[in-house]
Amino acid sequence: MAETLRPAPSMTLACPAPTGDGGHVIMGHGSGGLLSQQLLDRAVFSRFRAAELSQRHDGAVLAFDGPVAFSTDGYVIAPIEFPGGTIGELAVHGTINDLAMCGAMAEVLSLGLILEEGLPLSTLDRVLAAAAGVGDAAGVHVVTGATKVVERGKGDGIYITTAGIGRVHRRAAIAATRIATGDAILLSGPIAAHGIAIMSVREGLAFETPTVSDTRALHRAVGALLDACGEAVHCLRDATRGGVGAVLAELAQQGGRGMRIRQTALPIAEEVDGACELLGLDPLYVANEGVFVAIVDGAHADAALAALRAAPGSEGAVRIGTVADDGSGQVLLESAIGGARIVHLPPGEQLPRIC
Amino acid sequence: MKFLSEFRDPALVERLVDELHRTVRGQWTLMEVCGGQTHSLVKNGLMDLLPPGVRMVHGPGCPVCVTPVPLIDLAVRLVLQHGATVFSFGDMLRVPGTSHSLAQAKAAGGDVRVVYSPLEAVAFAKAHPERQVVFFAVGFETTAPANALALVHAHREGLRNFSLLASQVLVPPAMAAVLADPASTIQGFLAAGHVCTIMGLDEYESIVARFRVPVVVTGFEPVDLLHGILMAVTQLERGEARLENQYARVVRPEGNPDARRVLRDVFRVADREWRGIGTIPASGLEVREEFADFDAKVRFGLEDAPEPSSGGCIAGRVLRGQARPTECPHFGQACTPLTPVGAPMVSSEGACAAYWHVAQAPVPLVRGGRHG
Repeated sequence: MAETLRPAPSMTLACPAPTGDGGHVIMGHGSGGLLSQQLLDRAVFSRFRAAELSQRHDGAVLAFDGPVAFSTDGYVIAPIEFPGGTIGELAVHGTINDLAMCGAMAEVLSLGLILEEGLPLSTLDRVLAAAAGVGDAAGVHVVTGATKVVERGKGDGIYITTAGIGRVHRRAAIAATRIATGDAILLSGPIAAHGIAIMSVREGLAFETPTVSDTRALHRAVGALLDACGEAVHCLRDATRGGVGAVLAELAQQGGRGMRIRQTALPIAEEVDGACELLGLDPLYVANEGVFVAIVDGAHADAALAALRAAPGSEGAVRIGTVADDGSGQVLLESAIGGARIVHLPPGEQLPRIC
Repeated sequence: MKFLSEFRDPALVERLVDELHRTVRGQWTLMEVCGGQTHSLVKNGLMDLLPPGVRMVHGPGCPVCVTPVPLIDLAVRLVLQHGATVFSFGDMLRVPGTSHSLAQAKAAGGDVRVVYSPLEAVAFAKAHPERQVVFFAVGFETTAPANALALVHAHREGLRNFSLLASQVLVPPAMAAVLADPASTIQGFLAAGHVCTIMGLDEYESIVARFRVPVVVTGFEPVDLLHGILMAVTQLERGEARLENQYARVVRPEGNPDARRVLRDVFRVADREWRGIGTIPASGLEVREEFADFDAKVRFGLEDAPEPSSGGCIAGRVLRGQARPTECPHFGQACTPLTPVGAPMVSSEGACAAYWHVAQAPVPLVRGGRHG
């Protein structure tokens, strides 16, 4: 790695300007010294401009009135950049969405970066530009952060952790235990796009119509839903890993309620469906990064759908089923041709079938 | 998906179901041979549309399920002791061997990779001459031509670091073995459509003649399966036993001559151990001696070991259609999809896994619809 060990222009100690596209992350970037400062100036402070962050303190001092939700997650993905996004969008959207599922509108985030020695600085720039862009679009500010560097071979280029705080919507009352018989099961949009976008890159598959990740912030859709239906929204869950199938199976289990969903009602883009078919994957279990399940009092189903369809990010919302009057804790899928099968919690990662 | 939607048409399904209900008078036990058919039956909820007089038994047609433990152990040894990079189809990873599954071998630091095509393994071998690359060639006649082609490519490229661990099995000998068993209750077969796409229909005439059972070569979509079942049951009701081809839009009587040729060139027919069933004569494909350099067993000097005792697992009887998974002492206790003892609990179309998921439902899985 002669190139990464080459003394960077920073060694002149004169100018913290970007080192140009040829640079890579080196161990010194995590030293806490001048190299660290230079990296942060270039990659972070130039893009994230919240007043709290610009104080360059160890943390941010914040004031909130009323209840807030607090959530954290870690983001690891290969490849770092994929059709429709990067790990940067995922990290910002992911925590915004986790808070949204608590009925809270994200306001501030922390941003933790674990960088692998040798990561091209141009990649880091693209990832952080993407993160800053979607943060600005969502009206969410990064107010504190941290950066560490690990040796080459000990990370996947870049890992990101984000934590976030959001104000809880005044009418939110969201809990799996509130799921009740007759509730409508709604889905905010078409499923399985993210997982297929990632798979197509990993497997080097080129489809006629390339599928892009659905990564997006869901807090405005949730806000619109809560404005319209308030306490009638019983439960929310974003259908990330494990897909819609795992989320429903888990909610049915937690709420001790049976659920009935219709295969024909499941929205899925034709090219995504085709890719699933080809790859031997069940779209119900394929990951999403911008789709959530809303379980809403049946009497408010139409109002909820209307609110979602008018909100950004959930224009394709549909009703896919109903909470049943049995205590089975099972999700039953009525197939397109009128048969039935149980949607179970997948035992582990979904493995492609041989035949 | 054109060419698929018409075979999933609810109206057509309803007509076929109605006709099945009108046709069936007796009690009939059919075996669908292929795991892909089992998967489609379960995934589309077809089982509860059938009349009570039709019982479907899931056959031994899941290549993952019938791969013997000693072969998995060999694959694990290649990874952990010989430091080879082993490429495998995805659902093989979780199948337990004696000490490790391939997934566990990977977690223990071994280089195990999932591929969709064996040619990806050849490409990797070419790009990494310093690595020994082994493709775990699991499958029936359907996947065997692609495995053979991978070997042909590696041979043409003169690769010294690519080999196959062959675990390929043939369907017709297994069907004969199922029927020859005195305990067999199978009265008719849905033969595996994609296997016949490669191999054609010749081999099935002798099964029909020898055992006097209907064999219907059947596809995988709901309409295909219901149509195949209807054809088999119609024969049974009339006391007939013929070979019929439901999947004629894909299966030609002579099969795929090019694929058959590459199979003959690369592989020879050999006796084969089937997990839980035992040795079936002339039921496997091994690498020919001319290509011994590309046979992982030869290259690494691996010896076949005998199949270990099943420890009470009745997978063999389940795969022959003689027992239901729920009769197994391990079922749902020691053996679940998270901790599979036998292979049919591993893949989602395995008979045991299918039963396990249904058994988790406190409400009976019966529709309240037209035929419920």
